[in-house]
Amino acid sequence: MTELLPDPVPAQAMGTAHLRADGPAKVTGLATYAVEHPADDALHLWLVQSTVARGRVTRIDPGAALAHPGVVAVLDHTNAPRLVADDPETTDPELLVLQDDRVAFRGQIVAAVLAETSDAAREGAALVAVRYDAEPHRVELRDDSPAYAPESVNPDQPTDTDDGDVEAGLAEADVVLDQTYRTAYEHNNPLEPHALVVTWRDDPDGPRVTMVDSTQGVHPVAATLAPMLGLEKDRVRVRAPYVGGGFGSKGLPHAPEMAAVLAARTVPGRAVRMAVTRQQMFALTGYRTATVSHFRLGARADGTLLAIDHQVREQTSALKEYAEQTATPTRMLYAAPHRRTRHRLVELDVAVPSWMRAPGEMPGVYAHEVAMDELAVACGLDPVELRLRNEPEVDPETGKPFSGRRLVECLERGAELFGWAARAPEPRATVDGEWWVGSGVASATYPTMTQAGSQARVQALGSGRYSVAVGAVDIGTGARTVLAQIAADALGVRVDDVDLQIADTDLPMATVAGGSSGTSSWGSAVVAAAQLFRRDHGDDPDAGVHTTASASQSPGMEEYATHAFGAVFAEARVHRYTGEVRVPRLLGVYSVGRVLNPVTARSQLLGGLTMGLSAALFEESYRDPRHGHVVTQDLATYHVASHADVRGIEAVWLDEEDPHVNPMGSRGIGEIGIVGTPAAVANATFHATGVRVREIPVTADRFVD
Amino acid sequence: MQAEITLTVDGTEHRTTVDTRTTVLDLLRERLGVTSPKKGCDHGQCGSCTVLLDGRRHLTCLALAVAHDGAEVVTAAGLADAADDELHPVQQAFLDHDGLQCGYCTPGQVCSAVGMLDEAKQGHPSHVSDDLEAEPELDDDEIRERMSGNLCRCGAYAGILAAVREAARS
Repeated sequence: MTELLPDPVPAQAMGTAHLRADGPAKVTGLATYAVEHPADDALHLWLVQSTVARGRVTRIDPGAALAHPGVVAVLDHTNAPRLVADDPETTDPELLVLQDDRVAFRGQIVAAVLAETSDAAREGAALVAVRYDAEPHRVELRDDSPAYAPESVNPDQPTDTDDGDVEAGLAEADVVLDQTYRTAYEHNNPLEPHALVVTWRDDPDGPRVTMVDSTQGVHPVAATLAPMLGLEKDRVRVRAPYVGGGFGSKGLPHAPEMAAVLAARTVPGRAVRMAVTRQQMFALTGYRTATVSHFRLGARADGTLLAIDHQVREQTSALKEYAEQTATPTRMLYAAPHRRTRHRLVELDVAVPSWMRAPGEMPGVYAHEVAMDELAVACGLDPVELRLRNEPEVDPETGKPFSGRRLVECLERGAELFGWAARAPEPRATVDGEWWVGSGVASATYPTMTQAGSQARVQALGSGRYSVAVGAVDIGTGARTVLAQIAADALGVRVDDVDLQIADTDLPMATVAGGSSGTSSWGSAVVAAAQLFRRDHGDDPDAGVHTTASASQSPGMEEYATHAFGAVFAEARVHRYTGEVRVPRLLGVYSVGRVLNPVTARSQLLGGLTMGLSAALFEESYRDPRHGHVVTQDLATYHVASHADVRGIEAVWLDEEDPHVNPMGSRGIGEIGIVGTPAAVANATFHATGVRVREIPVTADRFVD
Repeated sequence: MQAEITLTVDGTEHRTTVDTRTTVLDLLRERLGVTSPKKGCDHGQCGSCTVLLDGRRHLTCLALAVAHDGAEVVTAAGLADAADDELHPVQQAFLDHDGLQCGYCTPGQVCSAVGMLDEAKQGHPSHVSDDLEAEPELDDDEIRERMSGNLCRCGAYAGILAAVREAARS
């Protein structure tokens, strides 16, 4: 296997519209998702969850469950297979399922029932009697909760940063803004619940695990589970041909996957099938922590920023630390000589938070961009103009030049398309019948990343056709479509001549579909393999010859600060008597390098805008303050945007390519759509009503006296 | 308690014994191997399990199989003409307007759209219809409202709207 620095790829198929390759399978429902995979004689698994927030399991009585027809076994901490937990490098505390009697949060897996049918497994789970020795617990994130500084924030960024002297900058400022902004607990809620079918075989040459999993990364799942199972990675085969969304929650394996693998180990040769229920997902598959952002901005009277101070309090789990990187975008969004960021965590006896679309950027930019709106009001400036006045020449965080920073053009183009010039400068200036009407703007940004380690294989099939294989996963992003376009251009053939294979650990290593890095990481490997293939085998290769390669990182990634940018404009209508908020217009203008497929890219950007709108107005997981579990644990009480909530919505982009980040010239687009959108909507509600709401979701009660 | 029922699914007749607590969705997915309708919530909140049940769109996770003895079920798989490898016009419109991403809600969206277009043709008003007696005109507000029982977490509503708009006009 060779590593190659790929040459830029001339765009032929890239940049042109291609309909979703797996569209026909999806519109008919014939695409097969994890739990739907056929398996003869499969057993069904159902999870039993703790009812206390902290303590010990003192007794589990499986008797009634075992007596129920169809129940085969009850697993608990006394009889579950042991995991390898002595290496801190490979031991994930969240995945130490049924290994001891400790309970770390309400909803933790304390037992699991195997049965011949899902009905019997579910009934059996209800019949398992569990007794606890409950201990005192802490489950509330309060402003006075004791907090600590983590060693780093997700994924491995500094916890704190200091540039200049913030206090001096604030003292020098003509205008000082000092406010606190809050975002709610949120759950990813992909429409397909987490699920898998897994078989453990004790083969003569050792154990072999095969899984069809609902995951954003088949290779990462195998790499994470195998060492804890005491196996080499190549003994765990994971496939994920179709995945019903993830938005980060399927980025890492979670406890239910390990529970199912342990159950399978007790019934060698027999498949175990499990779907996590929607309710269970609210405890077991990750979520976005609530965040509290204390912002202080100091500016000259003309709006020029002198000081930016962003101090974040958020929550982690006592079981496993997760530090949402909420203040990281503040380090690079605007110029200011004096800047400070802090992250502090409150450790609670609650479920483990994890990645949710644009972790850090979504809540952090929300807070920053509402603060900027307030500063614009304080300075008597148009909010677009305030942003233009604080545009940095180089990356404020690293001092490096940007590979491309066209935020100003995004704002200006958006203002033109949106009709911003006609906006009333004062809030609460426009009434239409019973509705206050206003508009708001926010900047958006997301880091452009390429993860190391992906590989691809190109093989000649004869007659001008090629197989291109990479173990990537398409969770709805369009990877299956776009990777074929990239491969076609890198090989110099038609898209139809590429037979793309993905979603299987039997295929070359691929990194997770996360961090908006998938297309860049996998696509670079595909290009490297294609270019090396042509170098080794020419333009008329014999059928069967093949090349596997990975791409070395583009030198531009070191030389430049690489980020995507955007500007979001929203119109809000707030009902004068009920406070109901509607958003008739939402526009995002993006600078994301080359858009490889306008069809699937538009859908991703619109999907991000929609989820941002949803966060702005609806999404909030309510915790029971007594036990710390989520009580709004279904889609009737955890509200996400429905069709009627999404009105005029549009995503456009600048025509460009970024030559510094990868051979395709593209930046990631999966997450930037959710960034900035909640602030644009919140700012629009202020402009409509004159009422400043400093937390999301912005609910109707905020506008009613 | 068990009951023997007959269900025709996408043209194939199934005679089967079910527990009287079994839903149509679980019967389809776990007993008959028909996985085109999806289970997203199992509580009638997301719409992923929508099929055409005796011609009308129906949430199969809220329907007990025993209550639908003799019924005819058409799933998104049955809407397409498998023999001719041809999609239903609504499915083709979803594809053309990229009214989907992950695809998990999509079979339910497609069935819901087909059922909704028929309801409108029959003159059924919706919550946003101004005149309850008039023939409904499927403008964007009407389509959004009538499709709001089907959640799409990927946020493909704009494409779904365009697809249904086109299907309504053809």
